[in-house]
Amino acid sequence: MSEKTDKTEQQRLSVFKTYKLYVGGKFPRSESGRVYEVTDSKGKWLANAPLSSRKDARDAVVAARKAFGGWSGATAYNRGQILYRVAEMLEGRKDQFVREVADAEGLSKSKAGAVVDATIDRWVWYAGWTDKIAQVVGGGNPVAGPFFNLSTPEPTGVVTVLAPQESSFLGLVSVIAPVIATGNTVIVIASEKSPLPALSLGEVLATSDLPGGVVNVLSGKTAEIAAPLAAHQDVNAIDLAGADDVLAKELEIAAADNLKRVVRPQAVDYSRTPGIERLTAFLETKTVWHPTGALGASGSSY
Amino acid sequence: MASASAFEYAPAPESRSVVDIAPSYGLFIDGEFTEAADGKVFKTVSPSTEEVLSEVAQAGAEDVDRAVKAARRAFEKWSALPGSERAKYLFRIARIIQERSRELAVLETLDNGKPIKETRDADLPLVAAHFFYYAGWADKLDHAGFGANPRPLGVAGQVIPWNFPLLMLAWKIAPALATGNTVVLKPAETTPLSALFFADICRQAGLPKGVVNILPGYGDAGAALVEHPDVNKVAFTGSTAVGKAIARQVAGTDKKVTLELGGKGANIVFDDAPIDQAVEGVVTGIFFNQGQVCCAGSRLLVQESIHDELLDSLKRRLSTLRLGDPLDKNTDIGAINSAEQLSRITSLVEQGEAEGAERWSPACALPSSGYWFAPTLFTNVTQAHTIARDEIFGPVLSVLTFRTPDEAVAKANNSQYGLSAGIWTEKGSRILAVASKLRAGVIWSNTFNKFDPTSPFGGYKESGFGREGGRHGLEAYLDV
Repeated sequence: MSEKTDKTEQQRLSVFKTYKLYVGGKFPRSESGRVYEVTDSKGKWLANAPLSSRKDARDAVVAARKAFGGWSGATAYNRGQILYRVAEMLEGRKDQFVREVADAEGLSKSKAGAVVDATIDRWVWYAGWTDKIAQVVGGGNPVAGPFFNLSTPEPTGVVTVLAPQESSFLGLVSVIAPVIATGNTVIVIASEKSPLPALSLGEVLATSDLPGGVVNVLSGKTAEIAAPLAAHQDVNAIDLAGADDVLAKELEIAAADNLKRVVRPQAVDYSRTPGIERLTAFLETKTVWHPTGALGASGSSY
Repeated sequence: MASASAFEYAPAPESRSVVDIAPSYGLFIDGEFTEAADGKVFKTVSPSTEEVLSEVAQAGAEDVDRAVKAARRAFEKWSALPGSERAKYLFRIARIIQERSRELAVLETLDNGKPIKETRDADLPLVAAHFFYYAGWADKLDHAGFGANPRPLGVAGQVIPWNFPLLMLAWKIAPALATGNTVVLKPAETTPLSALFFADICRQAGLPKGVVNILPGYGDAGAALVEHPDVNKVAFTGSTAVGKAIARQVAGTDKKVTLELGGKGANIVFDDAPIDQAVEGVVTGIFFNQGQVCCAGSRLLVQESIHDELLDSLKRRLSTLRLGDPLDKNTDIGAINSAEQLSRITSLVEQGEAEGAERWSPACALPSSGYWFAPTLFTNVTQAHTIARDEIFGPVLSVLTFRTPDEAVAKANNSQYGLSAGIWTEKGSRILAVASKLRAGVIWSNTFNKFDPTSPFGGYKESGFGREGGRHGLEAYLDV
């Protein structure tokens, strides 16, 4: 591990971590038994990451669908508490993420530290949105007639997210937090080159009261895993943040098969505070009507 | 159909003289009526009589290009106008629609086949209301919740269906113009006339040339419009199959797209529902506009304990519906929009019988010319039956039963679609619990098929994406 340890205990050999997927609240290896080498920005070997298969992707959809009822049915307050808990857990394991982000993105320790701080703050930001978005984008409509109706946002369902390729942690969190904040469940495909922060995030999520299956993390070849997910009939939406233009077009065409909601790739500066576009992109608006009855034209005369 | 009653209704036809249909119409491009580039024309007929109403220019790809260019030229000035000026144009249009509403109602009934009582009392008031509603947004976009100074997208290509020709035009054009976009709109080939009359309203309102362009035509013109590289926004209302094709076409482009597609709405009647009101709601839900409504309540889910009572009431009520001349003010059920649609309904109904569901219609004499289909019920329907899964888009109701609220929700949600649903119960908590579990964009409790410009409308799942109406409806036309 660190040099200090090496000095005091000359014989100590560090313990490597086996990086695993995070699916349905568990940490399976890829069903295919495959791994691929993950290196740092200078090409030095860091770990073997699971090379997910189509079967892993399908298993993740099953897990995400199973978790959807409970998660979308939880109160917004409860979801906010759990998202905040994730930030708490991240704060406690900051050193690990600073190291992983520094390795993944070739950043100095201080720059990586700033990225991790910003990432934790992003969780906190989204934690605060869970019980506010409905008031911002929903509301009562002034119907011309003896009815009242209310428009309320509801989660779209199971969302596939292709995490940004370059921003392995801040970008990752910026695309998954809004999806789950609004009650959706997610299958995220980690950055192909730098999947380790994402896989470690799974460990944090598993200890943050987040129900298993709400977030599922897959690593491997983005195009290979994304193809069956874009075509999957039980996936309701797809965020193409981590796709290049060619892949994005191909996946958008596949997604049309069951009219998935699609967020196209766009240039995003993840260091800036986001707007609410990624929250609303995975919401449906439900309008419920009811007759009001009438007490007469003039009503009370006080 | 009311032959069983002691007294016949005397005919009460609305006068056709309020509308003057020309023998031929052109495309409306850049403020002028013009022939199609290849000179093609098609005929539009009255579905209730098969009488040819007019001959209309048929747009092709070249015309689409011409219209998009006109809209692009007009966009610069139109989008730069102060919102308050755009608002005034829309208010003018709303007022002219009100002034000419009887004329437009008769025209719509002639061209579409729907009863005059619906065009007069539902379509036209809503058309005017949509223009009024969005007129008021034009100078308030900073306050719409999309940040300061939200920008229009550019040229909107809009393709609308034949079931509510003028209302769908209003849903598309009013928010597009309010937000500063210009439009090229393709009405359906069976109902082009009211859109062409709308072109004349734009002229009366003094709307700048090119802001609104109307291209009657077939699917190929719609496809050319969707594919046109200089169209920034695609809005489509129609079938799910075409919606999917459009979603594929726009993949990999910058075009923003909204789709309002099919539905297979569940109308859920619980055992504590007020039966008479529920029966009225079920009738409105499926027989309004001959069932040619994407949000129609085409699946009746009735709690088992009241099945027989409800069905008796429903059959009795259906026996009093009057089918016939759509221009007669007493007509409840008009003509099916086209021969093609009639054959689609007929074949799905035959399939329902073949699959073992039980078919029932009231005694009903159909006129000898035109396209007609008697109101039809199917009982003994299961979830696997085609008539419980596929959108029929006609006056055909499939009746299923359930025992518990959970079962009702599960069956209602067992559909590729998610546009509308109805809930009938006296118990408020049940309404709210069931409404929150239904995966549909519009839920009517103890009412059905209500529309209002202030209220977002649109579907979950394969019923499409985006919302029309209300503040939400602005988003589709803004760069947000």
